[in-house]
Amino acid sequence: MKPLAISCYSISTALGTGLAENLRALQREKSGLMPCDFFDISDLNTWVGEVNGLEQIKLPKSLQKFTCRNNQLALLGLEQDDFLIKCRMAIKKYGSSRIGIFIGTSTSGILQTEKAYLESVNLTNLPDWYHYSETQNIYSVAEFVRLCIGAQGPCTAISTACSSSAKVFASAQRAILAGLCDAAVVGGVDSLCLTTLYGFHSLQLISDDICRPADINRKGLSMGEAAGFALLEPFDQESEHLLLGYGESSDAYHMSSPHPEGHGAFSAMKNALQRAELDSGDIDYINLHGTATHINDLSESRAIDRLFGSDTPCSSTKGWTGHTLGAAGIVEMAFSLLCIKNGFIPLSINTQKIDPEIQINIVMKSYAKPVRKVLSNSFGFGGSNCSLIFGSRP
Amino acid sequence: MNRLFIDAIGVATTGMPNWAVASEILCGHKPYHPEPLEYCKPALLPPNEKRRSTKLVRLAFRVCEEILTKNPAAAQNTLSVFASSGGDYQIIDQICRVLAEKDRALSPTQFHNSVHNSAAGYWSIATQSTLPSTSLSGHDLTFAAGLLEAATMAIEAEQPVLLATYDTELPEPLLKKRNIAFPFAVALLLAPKKSEDTIAGITIQRCHQLIETKCVNPDIELLRTGNPAARALPLLERIAMRENSTVILSAPGDAALKLEIEH
Repeated sequence: MKPLAISCYSISTALGTGLAENLRALQREKSGLMPCDFFDISDLNTWVGEVNGLEQIKLPKSLQKFTCRNNQLALLGLEQDDFLIKCRMAIKKYGSSRIGIFIGTSTSGILQTEKAYLESVNLTNLPDWYHYSETQNIYSVAEFVRLCIGAQGPCTAISTACSSSAKVFASAQRAILAGLCDAAVVGGVDSLCLTTLYGFHSLQLISDDICRPADINRKGLSMGEAAGFALLEPFDQESEHLLLGYGESSDAYHMSSPHPEGHGAFSAMKNALQRAELDSGDIDYINLHGTATHINDLSESRAIDRLFGSDTPCSSTKGWTGHTLGAAGIVEMAFSLLCIKNGFIPLSINTQKIDPEIQINIVMKSYAKPVRKVLSNSFGFGGSNCSLIFGSRP
Repeated sequence: MNRLFIDAIGVATTGMPNWAVASEILCGHKPYHPEPLEYCKPALLPPNEKRRSTKLVRLAFRVCEEILTKNPAAAQNTLSVFASSGGDYQIIDQICRVLAEKDRALSPTQFHNSVHNSAAGYWSIATQSTLPSTSLSGHDLTFAAGLLEAATMAIEAEQPVLLATYDTELPEPLLKKRNIAFPFAVALLLAPKKSEDTIAGITIQRCHQLIETKCVNPDIELLRTGNPAARALPLLERIAMRENSTVILSAPGDAALKLEIEH
């Protein structure tokens, strides 16, 4: 495919708000995970990557009904790294109806519904302060972002669980290719809520220890929350960072467990290489999905081993941020671009002893190295897989 | 955008259990009677998944399976878009009820069914198709959002795309906050090339807000705004009437889609 320029991007995670704080934490090897004291939870012994101070964030007056943790996080994310200003410049350049909006989320503002149910007596009437459409509906965050930016192009919320904000790149590329828009804002926003914490707990996928990707003693994931955005524009000679390719596939295997041999992961990665017209040897670093569940890390490593062999440096950054679900794709895009820009490969933080069944090159110590092309994996429930390839200017 | 072709249609809602019945009603040959949809088991799901599937998944399967009865090859060679405004309202309600209790004992099945792409996951398992699939929402304008996604997918991949759009009725107490009182599902098989299966050609253009096309039949028009998936009805009506015509659909982003339908 013809590459797209990533002309501006930002993320806000448990590591901090904006790119500088996230980069500093990556370089200082400081995880953002803390023992869980989210909301009123006292019966879950786990770690979370929480973004502090979200409840204090005030939404614009005209958008008050959208107030919920997820949209507060979205606004925090939009306000970093001059992202909103750059979007407004893009609107001037292309026209508001030529900027598409594609936002990934898995649970949108469900915490608001959980709170409404907790407060409701007898569950006959939900409280007056509860606005379903502007908070809980999956589309709410996409519409909120669109209104904050002032764009009038095609707008969609993509929700394919943990691959959501990787798949937004595919949807945006197709929309630009088909001539529906000239540029696109892609992003992902997912915030902590009871549904995912207790839900992953019910599947015994949540760890009481800090998340340790690829470790022999890994016990599962740590939940996180994050918002991230990128502005995609047509490629020109000035473009520093590029989307080179994407690959999507379905596992067709199980609703909540990946294919044990990683067949779906393999075809998503292969498809991304094909679209980018690259060979496996061209990839300098793989940012793993790496959730630290037993089955994910094994199945992903088998797929990588088959396609890339055991040399390509790989690490999961989920030990830093926790698993940010529908925001994981965009967060890991930002980490990929930070590695390219700053020339380093981050270690798999919290990993102490690599599982001998995992045969790929898990990076145990960060190091400096020119990085030109990165592949980033995101795999979700329902067997929804997406791999992205990012690169620097050729 | 390039012209695309509708090769098969599936429909399920109150009084219209399939496209054969719906097209007779929509073209005016038969009157509309709002009879409740009869329970329908997904034929293609393996027993374990069948047991775990929800009302929403069964509704989505019903229209997707209708497409396959006419185009069996579509199980293997099509990409897919699953568009639902709110996903599984029954599951969201059940989960929030459990979370309001003291021990918050969610079931794993409830949790995996809560993802917005649940129907897409079950569909890939049922058809054993590993091709790309996307799940999305555009709130009330989900059908228009899904149509754009499916169309751009068909253009990029140069392959047929199955678009399923579906929403069930909400349970109380959510119903008071989001009024969808009846189920509606529609599936379209969109192809980049004309074939002997082609029912109609469709050219999609995104433009500034225009006045939406309403349904000709006033009984059907009552359904159109009652369920986000039912926004497909003016398009289905014009196809059933076998008329070359233009349909205007409201679309996300303060916009409209102008659909030119050719027979």
